[in-house]
Formats: sequence, structure tokens, C-alpha cells
Amino acid sequence: MNIVNDEQLLITVYPGYTKTGEPEGFESIEIRPGDIITIVGPTGSGKTAFINDIEVFAQRDTVTGRNVTVNGGVPPESFVRDPANKPIAMITQNTKCLADLTVDEFLDMHIIARNNKECNTCEKTIELANRFMGEKIRGEVRISALSGGQTRSLMIADAVIISQAPILLLDEIENAGIFKEEVVNHLKKLNKAVLFVTHDPYIALLSDRRIVMRNGEVTAVLEPGDSEKEFLMKVSQIDHTLSEIRERIRVGEVLGGVAFGS
Amino acid sequence: MAVKLIVIAGPPSVGKTAVVKQIIKHIKRNNGAPAYLKVDVVVAFEDIELKEEYNIPTKKVYSGDLCPDHMGIMVIRDAMEWAEKEGADTLIYESAGLCLRCTPYISDSLGICVISAVFGTHAPLKMAPMIGLSDVVVVTKTDLISQAEKEVFREQIRKVSPELDIIETNAIQGTGMQYLMKVIDMQKPMDDLNHAMLRGIPPLGVCTICVGKKEIGWQNHFGVIRRLEDDDNIYRGE
Repeated sequence: MNIVNDEQLLITVYPGYTKTGEPEGFESIEIRPGDIITIVGPTGSGKTAFINDIEVFAQRDTVTGRNVTVNGGVPPESFVRDPANKPIAMITQNTKCLADLTVDEFLDMHIIARNNKECNTCEKTIELANRFMGEKIRGEVRISALSGGQTRSLMIADAVIISQAPILLLDEIENAGIFKEEVVNHLKKLNKAVLFVTHDPYIALLSDRRIVMRNGEVTAVLEPGDSEKEFLMKVSQIDHTLSEIRERIRVGEVLGGVAFGS
Repeated sequence: MAVKLIVIAGPPSVGKTAVVKQIIKHIKRNNGAPAYLKVDVVVAFEDIELKEEYNIPTKKVYSGDLCPDHMGIMVIRDAMEWAEKEGADTLIYESAGLCLRCTPYISDSLGICVISAVFGTHAPLKMAPMIGLSDVVVVTKTDLISQAEKEVFREQIRKVSPELDIIETNAIQGTGMQYLMKVIDMQKPMDDLNHAMLRGIPPLGVCTICVGKKEIGWQNHFGVIRRLEDDDNIYRGE
């Protein structure tokens, strides 16, 4: 049951304060389904705080003092408090899962919490997660025994299939050795609003809009359009080359021959 | 009696005092006058800390070798009268939070159970009495777990009692606290201490409280009794 039609969902973020208490410079940032946005900036610049504000629909009640509206108004309490109505799924850097449950049990409980009534949801989630990751996840394994990468790909698949949220917030997904291009391409196809906090140039270039942060403040919102096209192609090649080298190192190979195939 | 009573229960180190601080700040911001009572077993610093930080009337009682919830039930009537005399409009009573079986919640008060999101998935069921008889469950440290796990944890709490108000928060930063404050603002003062009763039956035992006499205040009990002022008079079982 969605109170607001997912297709028309408009999230607007209004400015708060920098870490030193000055008002932020931007006017407002609008987020719609289909938007692929990255948030970049040094560590400690407030990237995670920015997506946290969206996750809790901040009403000037978080450390940043920002205000977030849904379709121009204050979001209903159930958006924030009832998982079955929450239009947001967030994957944080905390991929530790403390639950003393098997993957199947965990997913089944989350299906109940999100009130998801579709069939075979649990199997579909594991299937998708396994596309994001080389090491296969099995349903009968304890969730606490999964690797960091497995947990993260499971969480992304869970957000897509079980939560079915129109807005996805992803905090540094590149760090866990998952197939990031596969993830980004899959998410792009779903017409969801996706916000990536990232240090990865490839993910940053794959997005349509970049929010730049410093000292807890949004300092720029960039829409480079086609002007970065050449860089995207170049970085894509470099990234593929690096992935190949990474895989060879991971399987214990000693690298020989001509470096970078040139 | 024009004092509202807020009972805070929950295991040690979950962040009960961090929640209390947010409540005190909220009440003071709205020109209210909170008072604070801590019941603990051997050591507690919260009364001194809160008095210094917020300049409000505070008090602590050590239960020694007595069950701290038993102690709380004994002294709470005196404490309500003390709070009224101090000019307070709200008494926040923080339990020691040692026994997950006991439920020190009282009728006509607001019972808040504080639990931590980093407890295992089964924790809510193990603490069922403490959670089930409360009005509001505040889940702290939610910034430390994933959203999916937070939602699964919430589902476990709902297994204990489907109607409970669940508030997820990072109590140190105060995220999510506005929902708790709404409930606190709606809470009415306790008008008659003679009608205030324990909500649940404490564990079976040999004292008047343990055998199920639910009236509060030492006046209504015999055997091992305590007044607010004589908490150092510890019963040694002679």
C-alpha cells in the first residue's frame, strides 16, 4: 500500500547547516524516480549524513538541520515509521548482520515486515544477489556467516525485490568486491531514484548528477551531461582492466606478460 | 497529585540515560519541570550528572541486596510526593534494568522500554514481559545496523505485542525522538496514588510484592519494606 504514487514521487531536500554552523549555500535539491545521483567528497564531508537525512525524512531534527519534503509537504509518519509504507531502502556501510537467523529465515521475516505479497520472493532475492557476486549465497546458511560482499549484495537484492522501494540509498557499495557495474546497470533499468555515496570514479561518471560535499555542506550540484563522455569511456576501460587484474590476483596468479594489454 | 510518571525500563547499557536526557531537554524546552529518580543496586552516577547538566531535582536509591524493581515499587509513592513537593510536573523513574522478568510499569504512568538494536534477533522474545507491558518501545543504536535488519528486529518486537508503539532512534543525536515526545506530551498526570497499581504480576516469591500484592508504597506491604528515606537500611535476611 503506497500512499503516494511511486511514479510521481518527488523528494525535495532543503538546506541545513555546515559542520561549523553556517547556512548551506544550495536552494533545494529535487529527486525523482529514474534519477541516478552520486554524492562525492572527502571522508567526513557529510555524504552519509546527507542520505541519512533522506532516509529519516529529516524535519530540521537531525544534526544537519536539513528539511526533506515529499511532493511538497511533510511526509506522513508512516513513511518513516512503518516499513510496509516506507518508500526508501538504504544500504549502509554497516553490512554486519547480527541476526541469528539463516538467510531464508531473515528474508522471510523481512517479507512479513515489508508486507510483500508476491510469490517466491525469497528465492528471487537470493538469485539476484548471486548475480552481484562471485561467491554464491545459499538460503540455509546463517546470515552472520556471510562474507562482507555477500551480505552487501544480499542487502541490495533485498532492497530491490523485498522492499520494492522507489528510492534507493547506497553507501559505498564498491568497497565489498561486488560487481558494481552489474548493480548500477540493474538499478538503472528499474526507474528508481538511486543515490550512491561513492569514492569510485566509474560509479560517479555513470550517474546523471553529482552532489559535491565539503565540511558537512553541499557545495555544488553538477550535471556534466555529455561533456564527460570521453572520460566515461576511458574510465570504463580502465575499470574493466583493473577488474581482470583483480580477479587474477584473487585466484593466486602471478602477473606476467605485457601490462594493461598495451 | 498533578505529576505525570514516566517509567523507564530496559537492560543496562542500552542507552536509557541518553533517552532520559532527551526527555528532560524536551520537557524543559516546553517550560515543564521534570524530576528524576534512579533506582540501582550498588552504583549510579546519573542523578549527579543530570542535576549538574540540567539543574533539576534528582534522587537515587540503592537497593543493595534487595531486588531493585521491588525497591522501586516500595519507594515510588514517596517519590511521587517528593517530586510534587519539589514543584515538578513530571517524574522520570529510571529502573536498574537488571531483571527481564520484572515489569515495573504502573497503571496511569507511561511505560517506556528501551532496548538496543544490536541485541540478537531473539532478544525481544526473551525480554517479553518487559516489552509486552510497556506502552512504547524505544530501539536505540539503530545507526549501527542495516535497514533490513532494523525492520526484521521491529518485526520480532511486534511478535511480543503487535500493538506496541515502536520508536527507532539514535538517542545520542536524538534522531526519531520527536515521536516519543508526542507520546510524552499526551500522557496525563497520575491523579490518585491509591489507585495506581502494578501492571503485571512480579515473579512468585515470599514477600508481599512477590506473592502478587500489587498496591504500591510501603504502607501497603509487610515483611521487607523500604521508605524513600531509609534506603541504607538493608535487610540481611536475619
